Amino acid sequence: MLPVLAEANSLPQANIPDIQWLPLIPHIVMAGAAVVLLTIVSVAGRWLPGWFASAWTAAAGLAVLATAIPVWIRVDQEGESSTIAGSIGVDQFSVFIIVLLACSVVLTALVADGFLHRESLDGPAFYVLLMLSAAGGITMASANNLIVLFLGLEILSLAVYVLVAMHLRRAESQEAGIKYFVLGAFASAFLLYGIALVYGATGSLNLADIRLRQGGWFAYAGSESSSTDAGMQGVPEGVAMLSADNGLLLAGMAMLLVGFGFKVAAVPFHAWTPDVYQGAPSPVVSYMAAGVKAAGFAALLRVFFGGFLGVADDWQPVMFGLAIASLAVGSMLAIVQTDVKRILAYSSISHAGFILVGVQAATDDGVASVLFYLAAYAAMAIGSFAVITVVSGPGDEGTGLDSLRGLAARRPLLAAAFTVLLLSQAGIPFTVGFWAKFEVITAAVDARSFWLAVIAMLAAVVAAFLYLRIVVTMFLESPDADAPRLSIPRGPAVAVVIVVLFTLAFGIYPEPLLNLADDAWLNLRLHAH
Amino acid sequence: MGGSTVLPVIIFLPLVGAAAIALIAPSRATVLKPVAVATSAATGALTLWLMGAFDKNDGDFQFTQLTEWIGSAGISWHVGVDGISLFLVVLTGLLFPIAIVACDPPHDAKAYYIWMLVLETGCLGVFLALDLVLFFLFFEVVLIPMYFLIGKWGHENRKYAATKFFLFTMLGSALMLVGMLTLALLTARETGGAVTFNLIELANSAGELPTITARWIFLSFVLAFAVKVPLFPVHTWLPDAHTEAPTAGSVILAGVLLKLGTYGLVRFGLYLFPEASQYFAPLLFTLGVIGILYGAVVATMQRDLKRLVAYSSVAHLGFIVLGIFSINTEGIEGGLLQMVNHGLSTGALFLLVGFIYERRHTRQISEMIGLQKAAPVLAAVFTVVMLSSVGLPGLNGFVGEFLILAGAFVAHRWWAVVAAAGVILAALYLLWAYQRVFHGTPDDANRSMPDLNWQEKLVMVPLVGLIVFLGVYPKPVIERMEPSVNALIEHMEEVEGIESPTVGDRPEGSFEELRKLKADYGDEGEGH
Repeated sequence: MLPVLAEANSLPQANIPDIQWLPLIPHIVMAGAAVVLLTIVSVAGRWLPGWFASAWTAAAGLAVLATAIPVWIRVDQEGESSTIAGSIGVDQFSVFIIVLLACSVVLTALVADGFLHRESLDGPAFYVLLMLSAAGGITMASANNLIVLFLGLEILSLAVYVLVAMHLRRAESQEAGIKYFVLGAFASAFLLYGIALVYGATGSLNLADIRLRQGGWFAYAGSESSSTDAGMQGVPEGVAMLSADNGLLLAGMAMLLVGFGFKVAAVPFHAWTPDVYQGAPSPVVSYMAAGVKAAGFAALLRVFFGGFLGVADDWQPVMFGLAIASLAVGSMLAIVQTDVKRILAYSSISHAGFILVGVQAATDDGVASVLFYLAAYAAMAIGSFAVITVVSGPGDEGTGLDSLRGLAARRPLLAAAFTVLLLSQAGIPFTVGFWAKFEVITAAVDARSFWLAVIAMLAAVVAAFLYLRIVVTMFLESPDADAPRLSIPRGPAVAVVIVVLFTLAFGIYPEPLLNLADDAWLNLRLHAH
Repeated sequence: MGGSTVLPVIIFLPLVGAAAIALIAPSRATVLKPVAVATSAATGALTLWLMGAFDKNDGDFQFTQLTEWIGSAGISWHVGVDGISLFLVVLTGLLFPIAIVACDPPHDAKAYYIWMLVLETGCLGVFLALDLVLFFLFFEVVLIPMYFLIGKWGHENRKYAATKFFLFTMLGSALMLVGMLTLALLTARETGGAVTFNLIELANSAGELPTITARWIFLSFVLAFAVKVPLFPVHTWLPDAHTEAPTAGSVILAGVLLKLGTYGLVRFGLYLFPEASQYFAPLLFTLGVIGILYGAVVATMQRDLKRLVAYSSVAHLGFIVLGIFSINTEGIEGGLLQMVNHGLSTGALFLLVGFIYERRHTRQISEMIGLQKAAPVLAAVFTVVMLSSVGLPGLNGFVGEFLILAGAFVAHRWWAVVAAAGVILAALYLLWAYQRVFHGTPDDANRSMPDLNWQEKLVMVPLVGLIVFLGVYPKPVIERMEPSVNALIEHMEEVEGIESPTVGDRPEGSFEELRKLKADYGDEGEGH
């Protein structure tokens, strides 16, 4: 008997579900590290050195990384399962995203170290919120239940709202925080409404269960998809099948898509992105671009590919439209910006469009390409915003394009590193960004979305123009005579070195990362082992 | 890992040199150039050795090396050389040391030499890659060094020109990437095999794809190459890029980079899409002829000497496309030979224009007069090179143009007739420009212009020598190309059952003279 149904049949008794602890350790470590840090600092704060919170956060991220590896190995050996009454999925897909989030936390902590000191914002609040937000992201990425997913999303979002408004003395930061909060609350409401409608249509909040109920007509949608076969097995008798034109389900899916579209900054739900990216403290932006986007796409894939694969024909065209809109708007509006953070905000919208190209394919290869893209983009985004953190100078004010003028003459290595990251974002060969685009386009072509592939590549050319604009400013223009001397703190320097090495190493030999993304199947299971 | 290791050494030697230069301390700036020259010269020597060791009776790929690179995606490290790519490799090996010796960068020498050597690795990689993705990687990565060379060491309008160059080329190759993926995935689906980007395997299953699909994919490839060639009407980046680039950049751009496009048309157009090439040949043919006439007319009207040479490239490359899409042995051989010839003569022309610019700090034709009196050696060298570009019999340009016109005449007679007019126009714009710049009585500004120094003379010696040698005795080149070109045509006929018109198919006697001439120039060893 399925755990969920068992639970439903025996409501009067208190029924404690079986819990596998191993897959939950990364969740617990990330959330626990945040709470413990808060406790330690409030008790013993005055005796601790300045670097303590940053080091603690980095260590917590590494610990999550370390505890995620056994989960991966276990899933590899025993296959996917779920725990806590089927509400948390134990699969390599979620482990991949957990590792990605953990790495984002480590790198963001490195970037933030010098920044907080420079801006006199020292204190544990930033790091606590960062880890809490990542804990929410981890929950989102592994939720098999829509309510659990919503909880994860709220934990992630609330922490990020505060992070955005972190910069106490900067009005733009406050403004961005309010803007992000109001719009984000709207998006969450949409999401919740969508969950309610889906529940109304399917009678279940469990994604694996919802997928089973589409059994009658989803065999065709993923006939080449290996994960479908597993889903087909054991459709329980007596489970009511949904009809293909269930209006309630379609409306619910549309609402869910609004909520996720907001989180991943896809057009037309992108309007907050440039303002928030510009106003928020730069290290926070690097986390938003890498971590929040990854968590958002993970949730999007879990719900749509994991839960609604049976009605893929209904949502694929919508993803197609969102992808084209994001690619076009993101790359074109980026051209007319003069602020580097705004440029990269629009470019992140265009990257969201690229990732949606992989989502739209609705195949296992598409999911793998999305994961690869997310990993590549996380590295490029964190590195880019780390450079901006350093360049923008005291007050986080110097984010105009002209603050980069002649950077190659002032700080050649920093300029070279930024160039590598920008070229990677443009998808130039021998950088990881090229393979990200390669994988996504392969998935699109394989799903016979040729025109989407063509449009995506054209948008990539338009986007290349804006990356070149930044490169031109750094290399081909001479620095202002009164340009302040740039000091590069150790934390951001280490972070930039790591991501540049990542970008080049996997640019030359992407096989290991490709294999990991390929292995990270999204296969939702109702059962515990 | 199997096969010969000479090609990877050739490809990566310049990169090793670039890395070495990157490690040289700023205080020892004087050794930068010697290291760059030594590396590129060593690479050039290796390519010459390659030419010597090349088996001229074998039309297949030689010195191949094949090893898995990204197995899950069907991408391999696969390099090899045949008669089609051999001379482009040698040309690259020759032009780079010449360009590096001839021109010193005015500033940032270290970065300049690094980019030059990275560029050389990219170009060699393009010519030697036998895997589609590997080819694409090199094809794209070439943009970066060229972008910086134009943007950092170019003339006034360099930022605009560099960005335009980058975006135009990237636009073309963006669609080619989609085309490549479609080709590989659909071929795998048709044949039921694993996805592979191996050029030879894809070519062997070239007939498997539905005709319409193959034509679309072919078009995506052609767009990328047409931008690079550049073919009318996507040529507009070329005058800007050539004019604004530093001299060495122009030499490499004209001499080597444009050949990436024409080489791509042969290797990835004809070889992979026999039917589609045949189908679209009239279109490309026509664009080639338009390019010949348009390039010539616009070149005639230029006031800037460098821009004039740039537009002459449009015309010359039109000839090469014309030859390639004749799809017969004469035309393709002529096209390949003309690629080498154009690299030599236009490369030399850009060098000479660069030498003049260094002395006079102007490129305006109207500001130069009577340079012959001031610099007789420069004028003499310019004459030889210019006549080679015009296509004077006895110099290399004539052999290539003749073969192209012979091939084109058989395939599409009237286009050949029109294209032949382009030869006359070439004489018009080049001779007229020569007359304005070198003849007449020099005014004060021009009278004191110094002649070529020993270094400049030295770099012109191999170029002029080859221009004359290939004009008199092109046999060593043609006999190495021929087996590969024949194999290519056989492959096309085999896959599609198409009949390529050849000189021999025509009624006996009508081409007697043509064949006789051809025998004089190329095939005397073959017993024709």
